[in-house]
Amino acid sequence: MTRSVRLTMFFAGAILLTIFFVASLGNVPAVGDYPGPYGNVLSAVVVYERHVTNIVTAVNFDYRAVDTMVEESILFLSVAGSAVLLRQMRSEEKKENDDRKLKDSEEKTSIPSSSDATRGFALLIVGPMVLFGLYIVTHGQLTPGGGFQGGVIIATAFLLLYLAGDFTRFREIVSHTFVAIIEGIALFTYVFIGFLGMFEEKAFLQNVLPFGRTGDVVSGGTIWVLSCATGIAVATGVLEVIYAFLEQVLEEWSR
Amino acid sequence: MSSALEITVLLFVAVAATGVVLTRDPRAQVVTLSFYGVLLGLMFFIFQAPDVALSQIVVGAVALPLMFMLALARIFRNEEERKKKDAKAGHGGKE
Repeated sequence: MTRSVRLTMFFAGAILLTIFFVASLGNVPAVGDYPGPYGNVLSAVVVYERHVTNIVTAVNFDYRAVDTMVEESILFLSVAGSAVLLRQMRSEEKKENDDRKLKDSEEKTSIPSSSDATRGFALLIVGPMVLFGLYIVTHGQLTPGGGFQGGVIIATAFLLLYLAGDFTRFREIVSHTFVAIIEGIALFTYVFIGFLGMFEEKAFLQNVLPFGRTGDVVSGGTIWVLSCATGIAVATGVLEVIYAFLEQVLEEWSR
Repeated sequence: MSSALEITVLLFVAVAATGVVLTRDPRAQVVTLSFYGVLLGLMFFIFQAPDVALSQIVVGAVALPLMFMLALARIFRNEEERKKKDAKAGHGGKE
């Protein structure tokens, strides 16, 4: 198929699509037009039933907590998969690198060192960023945020250590088995909290802890505990994935 | 469409998306992708979804471009090594 035939077919399809698209734009409902009942019911009910003010987090960790559990297991599987795949290739590369190093030791690439501004700024902001991530995780039921958002913020805060040029410390922190163990414990905590409800003859992942006072940090029953568990699991999980990727690039330079 | 702010940010998103697609070099496209991620986070915030905006800013502007850059660095490093090996083999063959 020549290029002109392809272009003709594309333009024919594009014109047809444009006609239908513009014709249907008139019938699209307006922005913010919400027809269904669930949102209205939730916004009327959640603050009094669960004593939390962030309805999105309440839906994520209480009303539809099973969805979040499956999402966490998806994250866990992707972390495990990438760690297994990339670590296998690393052992092969190591043998090839050692053979090559015996032959020619004068050709060695070095990591380009980052500028002083980058290093200074990164070192200054690692602490506040970890604190901010912890704030987002623990205040998930009060302000926008929650477990996942805060967890990824904490993971990228650790990444700033690598950007600051201190990658030996970054390797020490991240490649420790402690990180993997903590991820497993956090996910186990999530499922265990789910079983707490079944011990009292209610549903799985039912909110059975005391609700507390609206506006307190520890409020909402299991919502706060699940948010913290998710935050820790996501932080360690994303950190492991990033480390698996970084190892691929770094392992030649840091030998 | 109700407010000028929403229309403006949607136009910006459309222009930025076209810009990301038209950047041909992969290593430069990662930077434009990161900027586009921040712009999308701003759009989610303007449409009153702050949780989604937080996720989008961290994942789409930091974690995703980082993984792209690391994969690209690995690929380009392999290509450089292969070229060096070919050059050395060619040189050794001539001698």
